[in-house]
Amino acid sequence: MGLLSQSVSITRYRVQGQLEEPVLDTIAAILKRHSVMDIDNDAAEKSCGWTSFENPFISDVEGSNHFFGPYLVFSLRVDKKNIPSKILKKHTVIEEKKRLTETGRRFFSRNEKKLLKEAVLHSLSLRTLATPFIYDLIWNYEEGKLWFFSNLKAANEELETLFSESFKLSLIRLFPYAAAEHDASLSDSERDRLNRISPVNFTGQT
Amino acid sequence: MLDAAIAYNRYRFLGNEFLTWLWYTLENRSQQLEDIDADLSALEIGNRMVLENRRGEGLETITIKGDDAGLEEGLVALKKGALVSEMNLVYRSGDHTWQFNLKGESLNISSFRTPETAGTQSTEDIEGAVLEKIFLYEKVIRFVEAVFRHFVRLRISEKWAENTTPQIRRWINKTS
Repeated sequence: MGLLSQSVSITRYRVQGQLEEPVLDTIAAILKRHSVMDIDNDAAEKSCGWTSFENPFISDVEGSNHFFGPYLVFSLRVDKKNIPSKILKKHTVIEEKKRLTETGRRFFSRNEKKLLKEAVLHSLSLRTLATPFIYDLIWNYEEGKLWFFSNLKAANEELETLFSESFKLSLIRLFPYAAAEHDASLSDSERDRLNRISPVNFTGQT
Repeated sequence: MLDAAIAYNRYRFLGNEFLTWLWYTLENRSQQLEDIDADLSALEIGNRMVLENRRGEGLETITIKGDDAGLEEGLVALKKGALVSEMNLVYRSGDHTWQFNLKGESLNISSFRTPETAGTQSTEDIEGAVLEKIFLYEKVIRFVEAVFRHFVRLRISEKWAENTTPQIRRWINKTS
């Protein structure tokens, strides 16, 4: 869901750590190094990487603008090939029959069947186009704040993994306790009290 | 510092308590919210509220939705020990309106609509459109962060047990 959409979902993060100066060049180089790879002509079933916000379907980010005022704006793209299990089964059965005829054998072992299925999957992957899923993000580097435009668990996990691999910075999802814990204005004693809280009972009944 | 997964589960009640307190504050002490955000004209409960009751065995979920839905069932659920787990909120500032869902467990924002923007006619407009949208998102996100910070300070203070909890209990028992 794009950040310019009429209705959006946002997951908030805090980014801890510093990048090498000059920061803008470092970020541009990292985005290029970890940009998404097109897998339409490849046997890979999934690819995950960065793209530019303005041209998310172009995997080459060279020359793209990622800087909008004080904000970094770019996108996470996850390309996935979806091969329905029935298609895989159909082609595996056809291939198995063909090879049995060619070899004159009556059956294959379990391991041979597994290898054959993998070969069929590989062949189908080469003929299948990947579906791209695009999630925008806004990063205020100076304030260490990042907004990711999805609440989907799988998309957030992809972001956390790729961000950590790419930037080597700590990305902290701001769920309630983390948001409270990372509030810089809390004193040590207030933080201790936060760690000791237990659920309140508003009914007054035990 | 606790491991994130452990902290998420151990303190998952914190966000639901926040939303329950926010409902009480909206109904009884809305001036507090205006003190936190001077630009706020009004904050209202929108067209959806979800409550969860984890007392006893199992989990009971109560969903109230609809533009004119009454919240009486929500109050009955609170009396039985439920907490608000998700809430649709309408934030007004001047002539502008924002609407969004806030989830207690994660503080995630969804179905987030900002006031209308001009849109983009050309690629040159994109930077302006992005910055305008960021400004509009930031308005509500900063508000939510400030109200949550206020809640946390109250929640860990002695005032919470001495004043706030009894006041919320009285509100729950009086209104249902």
